[in-house]
Amino acid sequence: MSTRHDTGQIATESVLELDDVTRVHGEGATSVTALRNVSLIVEAGELVAVMGPSGSGKSTLLHLAGGLDVTTSGQVRVEGIDLGGQSKSELARLRRRHVGYVFQDLNLIPSLTAVENVALPRELDGVRPRSARKAALEALAEVELETLADRFPDELSGGQQQRVAIARALIGPRRLMLADEPTGALDTESGEAVLRLLRRRCEAGAAGVLVTHEARHAAWADRVVFLRDGSLVDETGRATPAESLLEVSP
Amino acid sequence: MSIKHGLLALLERGPMYGYQLRAEFESSTGSTWPLNVGQVYTTLTRLERDGLVRAEGEPDAEGRQVYVVTDEGRAEVFAWFSTPVTVKQRPRDELAIKLAMAVTTPGVDVTLVVQTQRSATLRSLQELTRLKTLADDVTDAAWLLVLESMIFGAEAEVRWLDHCETKVARLARRRAEATSSGPGHAATGAGAADARTGTSSDIFRGSR
Repeated sequence: MSTRHDTGQIATESVLELDDVTRVHGEGATSVTALRNVSLIVEAGELVAVMGPSGSGKSTLLHLAGGLDVTTSGQVRVEGIDLGGQSKSELARLRRRHVGYVFQDLNLIPSLTAVENVALPRELDGVRPRSARKAALEALAEVELETLADRFPDELSGGQQQRVAIARALIGPRRLMLADEPTGALDTESGEAVLRLLRRRCEAGAAGVLVTHEARHAAWADRVVFLRDGSLVDETGRATPAESLLEVSP
Repeated sequence: MSIKHGLLALLERGPMYGYQLRAEFESSTGSTWPLNVGQVYTTLTRLERDGLVRAEGEPDAEGRQVYVVTDEGRAEVFAWFSTPVTVKQRPRDELAIKLAMAVTTPGVDVTLVVQTQRSATLRSLQELTRLKTLADDVTDAAWLLVLESMIFGAEAEVRWLDHCETKVARLARRRAEATSSGPGHAATGAGAADARTGTSSDIFRGSR
């Protein structure tokens, strides 16, 4: 999937770019900086884990990346498109086209079957029901759930529901996948199946951001970045030279 | 790790040559604990002396000897399996000692020590996870259990490092509050941390 933008710019392999992004909630003395000068590039085929304690800005980062929140300063680009310059309806369309979300609470619609849940974003995008269903079945096959396509969410286990959510997140041409603690309430085995799946989707060309506070889950990523109080403090891709560990006393 | 009990447990499966014991030991543990042949024979000699194994038959043409486990040896193996490993039996933890030293040595940026270690531990956690994806559930069952033990161990280390980071930050804040009347040690530290990482100044927020 290449980037089609009004300016006709050439697609890059960076699916997500955060450029010096700051997000401040509130104003004046009571303002809280949720994210501070964060820059991050996620390329196609790459799974990046974001680690940090509660309140470190992980979810804010994910919301900004998915166009669910707006920056105070700095730019967020998805498939080369600056989310800052978009109207609300344009943003909604961008999200449907390019971004898939997997959240801890699955947000599957209880009155729709698995395949209907997965097909929904395509139908909202104006794809005909029949071809949306066909695409949804393919997406379910990929998460090995095609035989359960006509079941309702409450007839599926937690792990199966999460796999449906992943299928839904990636149906169609979208290649940015944002996952917030996707293994939330799952046991070790089911959680691992979800991570394997995310990993496989990234290897197939998607770009993934996985927010987690568990190192064991973050370890499935190609790169792990750490957030502390809204700042990126470190990442596994870059080792700190040992010499710098000692402060030079003035 | 007890080589003695490891070898006894292997012989419980059936009689083996010394070189076979070494190969079996390594494949069971995914080469996590490489043994040299010398270690194997020294251990076998001791086990034989203590009546836990005995040599069976004559050495083959190349002088290799088959060993079998005795009843006493068998009892020893089962006693081993039924006894929990205590923390005291494990080797000293270099990382814990390093962190303890870092906290009490003037001029060391403990936060940076923690971050450096956490990145390194996560990198090895990534590597272990990669190895795990390559292993087969059935044929590599023993190796997978050892791998997962290391994965959970590394995870625990990261959690402990997070905990250290929080504690150190709290400590720095308290020290800064205590010396806030003048330009004390903590304030100097904040400047230095700021200049280098640009991000770790938060832990000295109390001094502003």
